[in-house]
Amino acid sequence: MNIVVCVKQIPDPAEPGALDPTTKTLKRDGKLILDESDSYGVEMALQLADAAGGGEVTLVSMAPNNEVGGLRTALAMGAAKSVLVSDPALAGTSALGTAKVLAAAIKRVEGAELILTATESSDGYTGTIPEQIAELLGLPSITFAKSISIADGTVSVQRQTEAGYDECEAPLPAVVSVTAGVVEPRYPSFKGIMAAKSKPVDQVTCSDLGIDPASVGWAGGGQEIVLVEAAPAREAGEVIEDDGTGAEKIVAFLDGLKVI
Amino acid sequence: MALSKIWVLAEASEGKVSNTTLEILTKARALADTVECVYAGADADAIAGALGAHGATKVHATGDLTGRLLGVPVAAAIADAVNGGNAPDAIIAATSYDGRDIMGRLSVKLDKTVITNNVDLEVDGDALVTVEPVFGGNTMVKTKFTAGGPYLVLIRPKSFAAEESGGGAAAVESIAIPDTGATGTAKLLNRHVEERSGPSLDEATIVVSGGRGLGEAEKFGMIEDLAKKLGAAPGASRAIVDAGWVPYSYQVGQTGKVVKPTVYIAAGISGATQHMVGMKGSKNIIAINKDAEAPIFSVCDLGIVGDVHKVLPALIELLNAR
Repeated sequence: MNIVVCVKQIPDPAEPGALDPTTKTLKRDGKLILDESDSYGVEMALQLADAAGGGEVTLVSMAPNNEVGGLRTALAMGAAKSVLVSDPALAGTSALGTAKVLAAAIKRVEGAELILTATESSDGYTGTIPEQIAELLGLPSITFAKSISIADGTVSVQRQTEAGYDECEAPLPAVVSVTAGVVEPRYPSFKGIMAAKSKPVDQVTCSDLGIDPASVGWAGGGQEIVLVEAAPAREAGEVIEDDGTGAEKIVAFLDGLKVI
Repeated sequence: MALSKIWVLAEASEGKVSNTTLEILTKARALADTVECVYAGADADAIAGALGAHGATKVHATGDLTGRLLGVPVAAAIADAVNGGNAPDAIIAATSYDGRDIMGRLSVKLDKTVITNNVDLEVDGDALVTVEPVFGGNTMVKTKFTAGGPYLVLIRPKSFAAEESGGGAAAVESIAIPDTGATGTAKLLNRHVEERSGPSLDEATIVVSGGRGLGEAEKFGMIEDLAKKLGAAPGASRAIVDAGWVPYSYQVGQTGKVVKPTVYIAAGISGATQHMVGMKGSKNIIAINKDAEAPIFSVCDLGIVGDVHKVLPALIELLNAR
């Protein structure tokens, strides 16, 4: 079974994020890594392909400057190949524009029966792209999967809800977004890392995908950032080393608030 | 200037309208002359009173959608209504599971951008400006729609206080769901409710949350003991939910619940952005963590740099002795 996983390459979350003062969007021009949220989809895809007795896992990604750092990590985990869309015209693209690009890139992958995404990226977290891709491809979708199985051309999903979970199913092909609870991602092996270096990355631009540059980027977004400002800071509180009286301090604090 | 008409996607469970819907309605009526709801479900009559009391004059109800996921059919119904000439200036939903699904589908159908994760809205002329916190809430970004309506917006829970308008029950009208073809073939077969003890995270005066610093799953018992003692709701960081220590329904944060209790106690939680967005609005924050550099200490009112395995048992003991 051939599976596509949409992956995002993001600035290392361990480094403090910053906004570009001119464009007022996230700085994404440095080294990028695989969004951890996407490692769950990659692992799930590898396991589902295995369980189905074979098939290819293909990554689809959009990133500036032909960045492949994050893709190599996912290829090292075991994905077979990748489509990477990189084009200066894509700077400033909205979530909807990104979905249009990813949907067009997914169409380049032959025989994809299942498309997996994270529920949201760790840097932008808009969380609408899975449904947007599904709508653009004319496919059914199930979001927030905490468990996935496949049998007889149907994907069965436990979908997280406020109160617990829903049992859902959809006929393939379908789009499914996965939570971090769906499966434990493997670490790439040394052999995997070496093999990843020679796996194919199909690098494409907007024109390769038939996407009008005016429909993406800053101009195509239908939105404009008008102001970035510091949020009102919380007044700094009292921070003390526990010298054995920490618990007493907490009780006194709660007493002062009359909540105990 | 105000907008002319806003539609709010109403959510309800067992005849009770979600707090977030009531919060959004309260804000919407300050922004537009007319506020109406779209509701996916068969029991619109049961909630028309509460929706009306918070400012909605009309509910466009889809009728029974049992067995279906809401994203596809509700987006299709709204898109048909909009294209049929019944277009509001803005459509607002909660940042919820179904809210995100519906708005994602709808943005493609209308070819309009959807701006997500907002905590406030402003009207600028006849345009709408959204306010979104980034970097764990230390920076606010204002974004203006530039391409004409309907403006599609997702609002985070607890962004506004819900207040009644004194309005009468909203009039219930039906909104038709067109044939959705292949996109509408996903099925919802069964619902499972995970039981949890004590008050809900939404309503508790005190929330006690545990994180990775607890060390192991069994130690979450300390959080539950303390919560019980305080009449508090137990919560958790995403790290220990992902690790399977507690069910997802405990999760506080960007992808879990947003809480604003009188007191929030964070034990063994470092304060990742993911978590801070969900609890930073609490009136008082107490943090216990062994790492003095943990970001959680930058937002707390009382911080104890120490070992949760010592502080929590001592705290429970002191409370027991009272």
